[in-house]
Amino acid sequence: MKRIKASIIGFGSVGQGVARVLLRKKEELSSMGLDIAVVAVADSKTAVIDQQGVDLAMVLERKASEGIVGDEHITGHDIIRDIEHDLVIETTPTNIDTGGVGLQNMLTAFNKKRHVVTSNKGPLALKYRELAALAERSGCAFRFEATVGGAMPLINLIKDTLAGNDVISIEGIFNGTCNYILTRMMEEHATYELMLAEAQELGIAEKDPIYDVEGIDAACKLVILANAIFGMDATYKDVHVTGISRITPEALMLAETDGYVIKLIGEVSKNRIQVAPRLVPIGHPLAVGGTLNVASLQTDLAGPVIVVGRGAGSIETASAILSDIVSVYKD
Amino acid sequence: MRVSMDIELQDAPGQLVHALKPISEFKGNLVSVVHHHEKRTPRGTIPVQVVFETESLSISPLIKKLEELGVGVIRVNEEKYLERGTVVLIGHIVHTDLEDTIDTIDKTGYAEVVELHLSMPSINKSSSASFKLDAVGKKELRDAISLLRSIANKKDLVLIEPIESEIL
Repeated sequence: MKRIKASIIGFGSVGQGVARVLLRKKEELSSMGLDIAVVAVADSKTAVIDQQGVDLAMVLERKASEGIVGDEHITGHDIIRDIEHDLVIETTPTNIDTGGVGLQNMLTAFNKKRHVVTSNKGPLALKYRELAALAERSGCAFRFEATVGGAMPLINLIKDTLAGNDVISIEGIFNGTCNYILTRMMEEHATYELMLAEAQELGIAEKDPIYDVEGIDAACKLVILANAIFGMDATYKDVHVTGISRITPEALMLAETDGYVIKLIGEVSKNRIQVAPRLVPIGHPLAVGGTLNVASLQTDLAGPVIVVGRGAGSIETASAILSDIVSVYKD
Repeated sequence: MRVSMDIELQDAPGQLVHALKPISEFKGNLVSVVHHHEKRTPRGTIPVQVVFETESLSISPLIKKLEELGVGVIRVNEEKYLERGTVVLIGHIVHTDLEDTIDTIDKTGYAEVVELHLSMPSINKSSSASFKLDAVGKKELRDAISLLRSIANKKDLVLIEPIESEIL
């Protein structure tokens, strides 16, 4: 049995999902020879540390009842720097302007020779090259399947299952919030404003929806793909972005008459990265509805490969993180 | 353009090659040849349907040549546009000179706006329109769409293009 000491840095929806999944999959992990002991958990205000392994069920309960994870007042960054452990599960919120605490957390983790598995897009969209190079120099694994398309397998699909293929282009729907709003506008012949309000009420869209509806979130994911899959050195400022806030119900109806739906499509290949509303033929594999994400890869050997999945959600995103953890330690 | 032509051949060996040679000399790219060898016209000739693509704007020199060679040209159908694409525009489409938007495409000589559906829900709201474009080929269809893209940029309209795999 391999004992792995891990920290969960960031205890919002994704961090809590990871804790739940680790509890739920304890036996399965054991049968793979993995014993993952979480020795520290930090949220934005508090932390809990126990070298014998934190009781995750208790931390989840405390987070729900008191809004904190423990009594220690040290930051996630201090934990990464000072507490002895092997793996940092970095699930702090994305900050696209500076990379936020996530960037510092990842840099320090690699300097301390700790592996990083993350769902945080900001640092990757801004400093991918630097992070990947540092991880390599430090001999650390750097896994980020959860940053693109949530539970939908994409990066590991390309790197492992489709290994040896050249990926020529990837196009797809990388933001569930926009997909939900456009799908509902079409179903109800309703305005953007109305369906955004509905999405906010259901918790599908944030109170400040700019990040999703203006295509910034999708652009970050494309940048991660551009860097990790196409070997580019792009940041999200290199992406040509058009969001969905100007889409009218009339445009959706006109498109439908001609046999199309309108979807916010992200597209990345060696010579372009762009996010824009596009016409997708009704019945085309990319024309998925609701909050689903989808990606269509063009590869040189396997031809077209299409994956569909849930792009967000606490447990769904934790699923991608878990598969990254397993793949780091499996061999 | 794509040309489909019904011609009639004498029932003698070598007549098909005899008729196709001028088309190839005319730089016509043959798409299909259907040779109804079992059929006879009332004139005792054999009907053949030929389809080819050419960059020439007029095929009358070819028809003249064929007739000189004794090949009967019964019917000619020219199809200038081989590709059709749809785009959707959103914004102040009419007040940003709709005529100019259409003219810019029509003036290219390789593409035309052939259908326009416009929806104007109220004076202060954005209009939406779907445009159907015909173009002489795939490349020209892309060129016409990218021309529309720059117009949309200039006039602050949202242009919604078909996905890549739709145009390919």
